[in-house]
Amino acid sequence: MFTVTENKEIAKSVFFQKIQAPRIARKRKAGQFLVIRKGEMGERIPLTIVDSDPAEGTVTIIYQVVGKSTAELAKVMPGETVLDVVGPLGLPTHIESFGTVVGIGGGIGTAPLLPIATAIKNGGNRLLSIVGARTKDLLILEEEMKAISDTLIVTTDDGSYAKKGFVTTALQELIDAGEKIDLCIAIGPVPMMRAVAEVTRPTQIKTVVSLNPIMVDATGMCGACRVTVGGTTKFVCVDGPEFDGHEVDFKELTLRNRAYLKEEKVAMERFEHKDGKCAGGKAKAGAPAKETVTTSGGQ
Amino acid sequence: MADAKPTPRPKPFSIPRQPMPEQPPEVRRSNFREVPFGLTPDLAILEATRCIQCKNPACVKGCPVDIKIPEFIDLVRQGKFVEAARKIKEDNTLPAVCGRVCPQEEQCEMPCVLSKRGEPVAIGRLERFVADFERVTGNVVVPEVAPPTGKRVAVVGSGPAGLTVAGDLVQKGHDVTIFEALHKPGGVLMYGIPEFRLPKEIVQAEVDYICSLGVKLECDVVIGKTITIDELAEEEGFDVCFIGTGAGLPYFMNIPGENLNGIYSANEYLTRSNLMKAYLFPEADTPVSKGKHVAVVGGGNVAMDAARTALRMGAEKVYVVYRRSKKEMPARIEEIHHAEEEGIEFHLLTNPLRFLGNEEAWVTEAECQRMELGEPDASGRRRPVPVKGSEFRLAVDMVVMSIGNGANPLVPATTPGLDTNKWGNILADQETGKTSKKGVFAGGDIVIGAATVILAMGAGRKAADAMHEYLKTGVW
Repeated sequence: MFTVTENKEIAKSVFFQKIQAPRIARKRKAGQFLVIRKGEMGERIPLTIVDSDPAEGTVTIIYQVVGKSTAELAKVMPGETVLDVVGPLGLPTHIESFGTVVGIGGGIGTAPLLPIATAIKNGGNRLLSIVGARTKDLLILEEEMKAISDTLIVTTDDGSYAKKGFVTTALQELIDAGEKIDLCIAIGPVPMMRAVAEVTRPTQIKTVVSLNPIMVDATGMCGACRVTVGGTTKFVCVDGPEFDGHEVDFKELTLRNRAYLKEEKVAMERFEHKDGKCAGGKAKAGAPAKETVTTSGGQ
Repeated sequence: MADAKPTPRPKPFSIPRQPMPEQPPEVRRSNFREVPFGLTPDLAILEATRCIQCKNPACVKGCPVDIKIPEFIDLVRQGKFVEAARKIKEDNTLPAVCGRVCPQEEQCEMPCVLSKRGEPVAIGRLERFVADFERVTGNVVVPEVAPPTGKRVAVVGSGPAGLTVAGDLVQKGHDVTIFEALHKPGGVLMYGIPEFRLPKEIVQAEVDYICSLGVKLECDVVIGKTITIDELAEEEGFDVCFIGTGAGLPYFMNIPGENLNGIYSANEYLTRSNLMKAYLFPEADTPVSKGKHVAVVGGGNVAMDAARTALRMGAEKVYVVYRRSKKEMPARIEEIHHAEEEGIEFHLLTNPLRFLGNEEAWVTEAECQRMELGEPDASGRRRPVPVKGSEFRLAVDMVVMSIGNGANPLVPATTPGLDTNKWGNILADQETGKTSKKGVFAGGDIVIGAATVILAMGAGRKAADAMHEYLKTGVW
């Protein structure tokens, strides 16, 4: 049993949650994730560890309500418990002095980007950040990203806030302006990471992406999270979650993430029905559920 | 009843081996309840009467943990079922499990003298019967444990090897903690072997028993990640450590189309259905694909488990695709027999070449090739060689790859000084479980590669003895 000490909505359907897990708090490094299971019949969902406080013994996760499991998690009140929290899992981000690094966060992907970007900055790098969201209400962690970045560019797809356009547009502009970029780290929905990799491919800017496949045990035992990187099958949970964006087979990843769409819909509808309108009402209708729910990296 | 006479003691070989009542195939193929019902007390006594109590029992030599087989069988013959169970427990802490999943036909029962003129004594069924009798009648007693030694033991993994080590050492007075990575203890007994072959209630009872002896259990701790082996000693104050993490890294064939949707490793498929209870979806949150036409690739017990699970999940056709002939299948004869009875179709001497899918990337066909047996290979089995021009396609919407497991690298990769072989298995002394690292022992599948429950327990037993010795003397 793990006690939740904080759980608040920081943007539309996006929750910031702190959990008592002293061993994980002490051990985790930037880029790693945990697995959380709310109750006895719950599924194991991987979520990136955004922050930790070893003194307080807490870890922080930020997640978007997109399916039944995240909707249930959103309802946990401070002081209540979740059944299982396991971690830290996956390999930590490789940090060194690269030079100029562009960190790109798309939507909820800004949450996993934050700890990595912080480590990058603390590793003696110049950090240019691009943070984007579909619309203003979904934008998260702007202040936090601003605090660690040498420059922060904010974009919204619909132009409801800051610069109108995609994160890739802003990236392309940086490249076109002659900015010498040594490394690009992109985290967000699969189409976004794929698009970033295409923008950096012509100039061969090294691009790291953090993947978010479906997982079960998340310790290398099941192979649910297998992904093709450079023609070889990798297990994201133990070999990743970060990979070379120019080598990842994003098409396969997208299709694999859709494997349980039907079941996700059934679970969500059943949950909303059982729990009254308000419970699931926060979830976005038609959201690509598993793409962010039962996945790591991206969240 | 008026003319009842005392039954004369039967002549040796005069009673046939007693069959174990079980669910009929047409019924059990659509439920997850255990297949055999077990022997009745009368049948058990009758079966025990068959044992001729050899002076030099070959059966004991066939048992990896040296259970006193003739002694426990004689107690069964006398109707002393609880005493019989306790006799087994002197050597084996998990009799209800072993009575179900041990390959008795190639261990204790194979050398039974009765098999020379008929069938061997059903040792496994008797073991199962007395263990169940003791548990169900509430006769499980907690044995006295030795006074505390003040020594702390960490056991990594709560599968058969880890449970054995923990049970043995706690009885010797050591302070034992088991660390389990998953949210439920039992390892492969819990996530791998299905309910219809090993009810989870039994696994839980065995774990509860070990805990009742004083063993502490911590789930959700991934050794190598949450805590490293070195930290167990340096920060958490453990004097000695046993690694029994099992064979948890599924192999794939690395053929085209293997990452299509609907293609699982056996580990994933069984973990979803057993541990995550996906057969209860949407009552349980974890889903699993319900294939109509399912191919299971492989010929071991795990392949049989996966095939029979798919059937129970509602599949219309389940094929086992295996590249050698039935004779070479590593699965127990009983498992193959059960699968056949339930209507599983065997495509023997057949090997998949690639998988094809639809626009949703869902698997639709397995392209296979016929094989024939050539010269024996390194394993001593005849090597399958492809038959040219024999390619054909099998229409499937789900595939389970059940071709074995390698060693999970999480512990070795984070433990400096712990040597492994080229396959990643931890190098440990066969007799003591000692590794290259002082104070660290290992046993079970992580050392010998994917094998059986009882071999893991045998390794655990030997390691526990060596660990006790090391704790006493401090001599490595």
